[in-house]
Amino acid sequence: MTETTYLEAIRQGIWEEMERDDRVFLIGEDIGALGGPFRVTEGMQARFGAERVIDTPISEQAIVGAAAGAAHMGLRPVCEMQFIDFIACAYDMLTNYVATARYRAGLRTPLVVRGPSGGYVRGGPFHSQNPEAAFLHTPGLKIVCPATARDAKGLIKAAIRDEDPVLFFEHKYLYRRVKEELGDGEEILTPIGQARIARGGTDLTIVTWSAMVWKALEAAERLAVEDGLSVEVLDLRSLLPLDEAAIVASVRKTSRVLVAHEDTRTGGVAGEIIARINELAFEWLDAPARRVAAHDVPLPYAPTLEDFVLPQTDDLVAACRWLATY
Amino acid sequence: MTSPQRVTPPPAGLTGVQLLDLYYWMRLTRSLEERLVSLHRQGKVVGGLFRSLGQEGDSVGSAYALDPGDILSPLIRNLGSMLVKGATPLEVLRQYMAKAASPTAGRELNIHFNDLERGFLGQVSPLGAMVPVMAGIALYFKMTRQPRVGLVYVGDGAMSTGAFHEGINFAAVQRLPLVVVCENNGYAYSTPARLQTAAERLVDKAPGYGIAGVRADGNDVVATYEVTREAVRRAREGGGVTLVELMTYRRKGHAEHDDQRYVPPGEIEAWEGNDPIDRHLARLRTEGWATEPDIAGVDARVRRELDAALAQCLDEPFPDASTALAGVYADPPAAPVEWYRRAAG
Repeated sequence: MTETTYLEAIRQGIWEEMERDDRVFLIGEDIGALGGPFRVTEGMQARFGAERVIDTPISEQAIVGAAAGAAHMGLRPVCEMQFIDFIACAYDMLTNYVATARYRAGLRTPLVVRGPSGGYVRGGPFHSQNPEAAFLHTPGLKIVCPATARDAKGLIKAAIRDEDPVLFFEHKYLYRRVKEELGDGEEILTPIGQARIARGGTDLTIVTWSAMVWKALEAAERLAVEDGLSVEVLDLRSLLPLDEAAIVASVRKTSRVLVAHEDTRTGGVAGEIIARINELAFEWLDAPARRVAAHDVPLPYAPTLEDFVLPQTDDLVAACRWLATY
Repeated sequence: MTSPQRVTPPPAGLTGVQLLDLYYWMRLTRSLEERLVSLHRQGKVVGGLFRSLGQEGDSVGSAYALDPGDILSPLIRNLGSMLVKGATPLEVLRQYMAKAASPTAGRELNIHFNDLERGFLGQVSPLGAMVPVMAGIALYFKMTRQPRVGLVYVGDGAMSTGAFHEGINFAAVQRLPLVVVCENNGYAYSTPARLQTAAERLVDKAPGYGIAGVRADGNDVVATYEVTREAVRRAREGGGVTLVELMTYRRKGHAEHDDQRYVPPGEIEAWEGNDPIDRHLARLRTEGWATEPDIAGVDARVRRELDAALAQCLDEPFPDASTALAGVYADPPAAPVEWYRRAAG
């Protein structure tokens, strides 16, 4: 049996949904003949035609706006942001229009906005961002951030079938680095809003998502070997809705928690998670909940600078040791 | 009174009945707004009140050019377009007064409400946003091979937005069945059109998008109908997007609170002599397309309908506060009320 990469898993998930449901169509920049800069949509225009794989002008507002209009009428659009950094160009459309549509007007808007996010790839300020915090604050949207090939496939399929708008933040560092056997003929659907225990443990919890899950697993392994610590890694998979129950259950078990994310610290998602831990599980804590995040600067290009700004495995190990000995 | 002799055939392929119908819709629009002014002064309108005084002709004439099955998206001064497409005075009154029974159950204001079956999609306040959205609806018509047309209103202000540009450009490239109607009323809030664009005429932007463009007198309801009808026909037959610029004038402020201190003296008065309802009535009379009893009949019908609508909803309640949290998602993931109770307890 062959292993499937994270990127190929997303491609397969979209492909299967396109085959399954002819209401599904793709809209974005350079997704047709090119198949997108990372080839996520490779071969799709040849298979499904230019009417279902639509190359657009460089117009993120038009991509999301047109998707919303088509979704109101019953279609199921999947929008590609060429790099997720450019989702900021569609911020108004997503937050003012799409996210509010059901509540204010009873309009159904089942659409997906997906694209490559994340750093560790020397992409510089505009090809490395993690925009989840900018949208976490918007009722009406859902946000998913898969860490594994299985979840990449299962979540893109669930996102396309969801009745509400879903932001699907895939991590470009994982595209070809992460792979696993996905099984033949098995339909993979990952429920949105459910976290996954990536590694069980009893002494301490790392709550994280996306590429940081892999750094957390590295840190957990080192802490097991070097310190004899049993570290649980909770992969949230979805940020909106947030699996509060899974977070609380893990904290109640370990009593020490680190929230780690790749995005910058101030106003980051970790703040929200720690606030909820404080409200829901304060009595179980044996140490202050801590966070590891990027420094509060735009992400720089040079390897020395990027490596310094982004959280590394060593940062997670150091924070866990501090928590364990508190 | 004797029936006047018909001296000219009705214009634009319209029948005498339709010409009187156009009068009905314009009169209904103006009278409904006049009722709202009175409700606003009594403190019964919860938010702002946005008038379309002097612009009823372009709203009604352009919407009248659509067929059943076509969908439009209005801007704030297109109450008349909404009514032509089937929105009722009762719904509009309930919206303005934030009644529980309003189409949005008190969640949204004024004419921000939809019914895609009747063919109108309510606007949102960020201007230009509805152009990409209506392009998406036109895209759906094209993809599903339905001979239906989308029509989206913008103003001289909304045409300055990025969303307008992206939406009309995308629709043009895809040759979508979309009509973009620019209601040029001279002002966006206090900003005159000359501070929105250096183009001499807004319709001059059409060739830049590779689409048809046409300009008409928006205070002539029949001319407005005629140019829009042609644009709708072109869209329906696969000829792509048309930008229709309708010249009109906003005789009231942005909303009722606006004292229009920025308007040069005499300008409003000059436009009072170019009223779309007066002009249409004058033609109905001089060309013999309607009798005085016909016209009086319309006026009485409008009064009757508005009296009934107002009587029905005036004393209705606001929505119950307990309804505020439902319906953000199709499938509510958690009960926020419980969250706060649990946090407090």
